Amino acid sequence: MNSRFRTLACRSLFLAALALGGPPALAQGTVYVSSEKDDSLTLIDLNTLAVKGTIATCKRARHVQLTPDRKLLVACTDSNAADLIDLASGKSLRRVPLGNEPEAFDISPDGKTLYVSNEDEGVASFVDFASGKVTRTVKVGAEPEGVKLSADGGTLYVTSEVASLVHVIDTASGKLLKNIKAGKRPRRMAFNAGGTELWVTNELDASVSIIDTARHEVVGTIKFEVRGARAEDITPVGIQMSRDGKRAFVALGRANHVAFVDVASRKVTNLVLVGKRAWNVALDKAEARLFVVNGLSDDITVVDVATAKAVKSIPVGRVPYGLVVVE
Amino acid sequence: MTRLRARMAAAALLLLSAWAEATVLKATLISPQDDTRLERARAERAYLGHPTGPAANGLAVALQEGQFELEAAGSSVALSNTEVATLEGARAAAIAAEKAGAAVLLTDLPEAWTLAVVDAVKLPVLNLGNAADSLRQQDCRARLFHLPASERMRADALAQTLVSRKWSKVLMLTGPSAADVQRAATAQASLRRYGLQLVVAKPFKLSGDPRERALANPVLLTGGQIYDVVWVVDSDGEFARLLPYGTALPRPVVGDAGLVALGWHAQFERFGAPQVARRFARAHKRPMTAHDWSAWVAGKLLVTLATTQPKGPVAAWGQALAKTTVDGSKGTTLSLRPWDGQLRQPMLLTDGQGVVAQAPIEGLLHPRNVLDTLGVDEPEKLCKVAR
Repeated sequence: MNSRFRTLACRSLFLAALALGGPPALAQGTVYVSSEKDDSLTLIDLNTLAVKGTIATCKRARHVQLTPDRKLLVACTDSNAADLIDLASGKSLRRVPLGNEPEAFDISPDGKTLYVSNEDEGVASFVDFASGKVTRTVKVGAEPEGVKLSADGGTLYVTSEVASLVHVIDTASGKLLKNIKAGKRPRRMAFNAGGTELWVTNELDASVSIIDTARHEVVGTIKFEVRGARAEDITPVGIQMSRDGKRAFVALGRANHVAFVDVASRKVTNLVLVGKRAWNVALDKAEARLFVVNGLSDDITVVDVATAKAVKSIPVGRVPYGLVVVE
Repeated sequence: MTRLRARMAAAALLLLSAWAEATVLKATLISPQDDTRLERARAERAYLGHPTGPAANGLAVALQEGQFELEAAGSSVALSNTEVATLEGARAAAIAAEKAGAAVLLTDLPEAWTLAVVDAVKLPVLNLGNAADSLRQQDCRARLFHLPASERMRADALAQTLVSRKWSKVLMLTGPSAADVQRAATAQASLRRYGLQLVVAKPFKLSGDPRERALANPVLLTGGQIYDVVWVVDSDGEFARLLPYGTALPRPVVGDAGLVALGWHAQFERFGAPQVARRFARAHKRPMTAHDWSAWVAGKLLVTLATTQPKGPVAAWGQALAKTTVDGSKGTTLSLRPWDGQLRQPMLLTDGQGVVAQAPIEGLLHPRNVLDTLGVDEPEKLCKVAR
């Protein structure tokens, strides 16, 4: 089993090397997609939009994120750890313990501290990246999920799916500053351009709650509607904002659509049909293409942002979860 | 360690309730004394769809996980448990709980006892463990809400699954108890609703007597007919357990063994369900059953009620309850049907090892809410009370 994985990984490395050595093209880069059921990352070439390999990871890979020094960190719920992956070699440099059942994390701006949601224990853990030691745990509501750090690294936001709360935590003291009531089952978060607003997706409320980060209050709610889909089938999870903060992209889960939202007017401008249970989203650098992970159709959908049309779907691993675009 | 933590939590709860007296939601669980369903030998067999432990377990998990939400809202839930031996005892317990300031009652009782409780008080009552359709239909009450799926919902879920598999010819075997006869009639109503064909319905009997072999021998019971599935109705469970792989034709068994429609199974993999099942197993050292799920959802409803803190008389709690929605970790927000107080919910089809399918099946349509394809829909209701 292990050796087979190793061969697979070797083969993908070889392929990756081939791709890197090829002629320069318009969009050089890779989309890394984690999948929960086959303990690997699938690599998609940004230029050809084809799978170019896989990298074996720890067990049940979920949240993936780039570190400030451009390595890939992938959290594995069943391994209680993350794999730190070197992009050039496609190899795991080391495994970082993240406490029990980690789901998502964020990284401090200096790259020294990881903030992790441990879904089974109902805590947010502060982990020293270098030593892998848990330096602090903060008790939060049950089944914590989304983790988002303010740009200055001073304030940590964690959602609790069971308590329907967004917890505001001071990273210096580890103090819980406030619990903000969001919609049912809050999941993921994104800041607007200035960091003055935090947008939170509510999976079982077909909505996004907008939190004012100065007052820490909900100042607005965007309800999603999709023709032909009932409210209970609209289950928003993934969210990303454009760099200028003018647009938000929200994956609507079982409604099988992605919503483009105009941030200023808080109105949905486009709905794009994608795969089954659209889960997490990521933009490429030029913000020309949006990549959508479809958890129940084991593929990702490539959406052309300008025309708001799906242009391609690419099969990836089983139960894909998160993704990162590296250019 | 866990016990210490539990004790600390209990202490915190006490402190909290003393501190925030004004926003305490008092609730009382009334369950049977010496519950025959939970006798050791029966509970250990763990027949699919049967309870394996008290309803209090699921409630405890929900209240524990709701602790943070309650604290954030400055409120608390004070739950007391009463065990009763008779219908009269149940009625007396209900009256006593109302006098002691309970705002909500919870029951895990036989039909008649449940009705005695509802009729003795003016409080909303949550039924945690009784699946009888009569409580949702002709014997419904305006203040009675049902968290477990009804027998009709279970039968509809199974019938839908047979439709999705195109297994349309059904041989039905029914046990001797009154409950079995009633449940077989319910199952046949589901077959009619979904256009499935009842090839033949036969009674069975648990017996080793060779003179009764036509009633007791699985091969004889299932021979001489052409069918796609055997649907066994066996509230007791012993006969059904030995039916799969024992039929004359190599056909699946469904109903009370083989493939069973349940409100929950500990192996359900989606929608955060594994976390819930794990919390339960850790706290109570046994897998979480559908019965436990209903009690857990009741606890979640109490937490939601306590945190929203409806103002005014007791009636306000009932009205708030009727409008409350709850996240049951089954992928969709669950609400109570206005016409019979039944909690809408997806059903899980399990062989006991994992969750094989879910109902409503994909592609099934309904004018308003596809979850209403499971159980008695509004136009079919026999419940006449206004809510």
